[in-house]
Amino acid sequence: MLMENKAENKAVFDAESANEVVKELRDSFVTGKTKSYRWRVTQLKAMLKMLDENEPQIVAALRDDLSKPEFESSLYEIQIVNNLCRLALKEMNHWMMPEKAKTSLTTFPSSAEIVSEPLGVVLVISAWNYPFLSLDPVVGAISAGNAIVLKPSEMAPASSSLLAKLVADYLDSSCIKVVEGAVPETSALLEQKWDKILYTGNGRVARIVMAAAAKHLTPVVLELGGKSPVIVVSDINLKVATRRIIAGKWGCNNGQACVSPDYIITTKDYATKLVDSFKCELERFYGKDPLESKDLSRIVNSDHFDRLSKLIDEEKVSSKIVHGGQRNEKNLQIAPTILLDVPVNSLIMKEEIFGPLLPIITVDKVEQSFDLIHSSGGKPLAAYLFTNNKKLKRKFVETVSAGGLVVNDTAVHLAIHSLPFGGVGESGMGSYHGKFSFDAFSHKKAVLYRGFAGDAFLRYPPYTPGKLTLLQALLSGSIVGIIRALLGWFWA
Amino acid sequence: MPQPLGVVLIFSSWNFPFTLALDPLIGAISAGNTVLLKPSDLAPACISFLVETIPKYLDNKAIKVVAGGADIGERLLQLKWDKIFYTGSPRVGRLVMAAAAKHLTPVTLELGGKCPAIVDTLSTTPSKAKVTAKRIVGGKWGPCNGQACIAIDYLLVEEKLASALIELLKKTIKRFYGENIKSLKSISRIVNEHQFQRLVNLLKDPNVADSIVYGGSVDEEKLVIEPTILLDPPLDSEIMSEEIFGPLLPIITLKNIEESINFINSKSNPLVIYAFTEDETFKKRILSETSSGTVTFNDSMVQFLCDSLPFGGVGQSGFGRYHGKYSFDTFSHEKSILHRGFYPEIEPRYPPWTDFKLLFIKLAYEFDYFGLILLLLWFKRS
Repeated sequence: MLMENKAENKAVFDAESANEVVKELRDSFVTGKTKSYRWRVTQLKAMLKMLDENEPQIVAALRDDLSKPEFESSLYEIQIVNNLCRLALKEMNHWMMPEKAKTSLTTFPSSAEIVSEPLGVVLVISAWNYPFLSLDPVVGAISAGNAIVLKPSEMAPASSSLLAKLVADYLDSSCIKVVEGAVPETSALLEQKWDKILYTGNGRVARIVMAAAAKHLTPVVLELGGKSPVIVVSDINLKVATRRIIAGKWGCNNGQACVSPDYIITTKDYATKLVDSFKCELERFYGKDPLESKDLSRIVNSDHFDRLSKLIDEEKVSSKIVHGGQRNEKNLQIAPTILLDVPVNSLIMKEEIFGPLLPIITVDKVEQSFDLIHSSGGKPLAAYLFTNNKKLKRKFVETVSAGGLVVNDTAVHLAIHSLPFGGVGESGMGSYHGKFSFDAFSHKKAVLYRGFAGDAFLRYPPYTPGKLTLLQALLSGSIVGIIRALLGWFWA
Repeated sequence: MPQPLGVVLIFSSWNFPFTLALDPLIGAISAGNTVLLKPSDLAPACISFLVETIPKYLDNKAIKVVAGGADIGERLLQLKWDKIFYTGSPRVGRLVMAAAAKHLTPVTLELGGKCPAIVDTLSTTPSKAKVTAKRIVGGKWGPCNGQACIAIDYLLVEEKLASALIELLKKTIKRFYGENIKSLKSISRIVNEHQFQRLVNLLKDPNVADSIVYGGSVDEEKLVIEPTILLDPPLDSEIMSEEIFGPLLPIITLKNIEESINFINSKSNPLVIYAFTEDETFKKRILSETSSGTVTFNDSMVQFLCDSLPFGGVGQSGFGRYHGKYSFDTFSHEKSILHRGFYPEIEPRYPPWTDFKLLFIKLAYEFDYFGLILLLLWFKRS
């Protein structure tokens, strides 16, 4: 009986277990192991090997969890992380170097630099829609020299357990761990003191994460979502634009992606053409019966299936379906569905859809679309515009506030390492990808070197008006001011 | 492309009421935000001035100042802001961040900590030793009589040099601030009764009181505590575990100055580490083996004036940074923008997906042009 209880207790991951994990990682960190360039390189190379040797298993896990097509798994999960590892390996040396900072007359003589140092022990909580892309921030954290706990989402269980196994097999377990579990385990982890937390997911849980972080003054990066709008203007190559929207919507985990186009805004007179173009291209991509297509992910679970069904079943919305709408509850499949002119106050226009439903809202003039986006409340993670009109592009870029903007494509900005990826307002805070990941997990320590020559007696008491004037002149950096002050000093 | 975050809230502290209010305010304005400034109510004359004067000079519709105490602060925190910038204590920093979490408001917290000064230059030359002493004294009692986040909190020195250091410090203090508490000049007082009592209580512990080697006198009526030096107070006393934020300077002696690294690491990350040393190897060790917002070598305080250096903490001393362009950045959202043309189009991007398309994109990703050619010429198969 006692033995059984012991085994049961061992399996429970509670605050105490979380505390032990953090302690172990902190002890490892303090030894300086993760700070060494060699350690970082070894881990990143091991990760490359891990991805390379296990691609079929990863693809299989993603198929189990999400029916994710091999194409998407290979490219949007494995290949991206692969590229990030390579980038880090190539650039890390450079990123780790101190950055010289300018000094001015006010601190003369001196030299200054900014030194990057790891924050310490960090927690990465990842989402279910791109389970292996959770290695993206892990790559950043490793390159910055931290010890890491990765908590994958329990809603993708096959991926979660494969991640746990692979990370334990390939990476340094004394410094990088995967903790699996659901709400209780995540809560236990959140009670601990971390040096940084990066959370990918939704706004509700993000608030919980940030509140928990507040207790320990832990800085956070929150990668959330939002309703990413697509403005489609009539002056474009419609076929290409349609395809790109489809690729970003249904080609990205069947709309279950933070940067998926959520809804479209176009002019009333263009809507029919747009819908026809969608119908044509959707059939070309997914066949007459999309539920039979192997190139579409399924809905992750029945909760989300019910949630999405509710969105299209709402009165006044269901009649607006102009394409698709087919469902298979048993297989958790919903076909690409397009709706035209749903009421602006319907649920489908209020919440982030995160699924294969695409409402099209029409306006009289294109300029009205900007107002519509502003009034929709909450800044999205991404916003898209399809047009060749330079003025509209400028207006879009200047006035629309979102994490990132793309003109004439969707979602691809994730692949650009030189662009910071992150949200603003409800779509999150902080950013990562490429060097921004390294920066997100680093503390940029300011360092000022001073010498002993020329100690400015002016700064010390007793304070006199003469000293004050001269110092003010010095601080302002104005040569004329300095000369005048000096003259005043000597003639006083 | 940088973009203003929107409507921002700035909480400033009482010890440098103008700098700590206007410095972030400048950043917020330069980044294009509208601002509400809530200065600390412990500096009432300064607040009145700010409340009356700012509307006379700045755009009253976009920049406002509100006076009030903790209750006003709490009410403000319940509202939704696009950014909150807070300067103050870790305790309140936690409350600010917890309130911000409800609205997913990003925050910058400029807190404090026990900023140590490692003293390793006493046995170089007499003039360097003197300059060291001046810079230490100037860095402790100069900024608001020690009531500053970047003031030197305590010193670390080798025990054989402790008495020389104390003598130098005494001489310098007398020259700068006067011979004793009655003739004290060029120095701030303690801000209020509460802080005064807190500091006096730090000295109540008999073991701490016994370690006073200079000063120690207080004047409750005038809220004055004279510059006080302590030598090796007990390490577990409150004066050595809490941020002092006042004119008391403990000196901790070590057998070897290199031990200062472990000593500093046994406490939470301070805002600044000051190190007076010319030993380049030691400097490198300090940089790589300790963690703090900033490290300043051979001086005190001046890093605050260096606009090209980010000013901010790490760990318990806060997160986020400002000064110079960093202020602009802290109140901006860096929006990424990608422009694409309609040509060329990469067909393999689109379903129905085949092995060929998969291989094509993989090769394209890796810029394997040769492989791509082979693939297109049917010489390469997956």
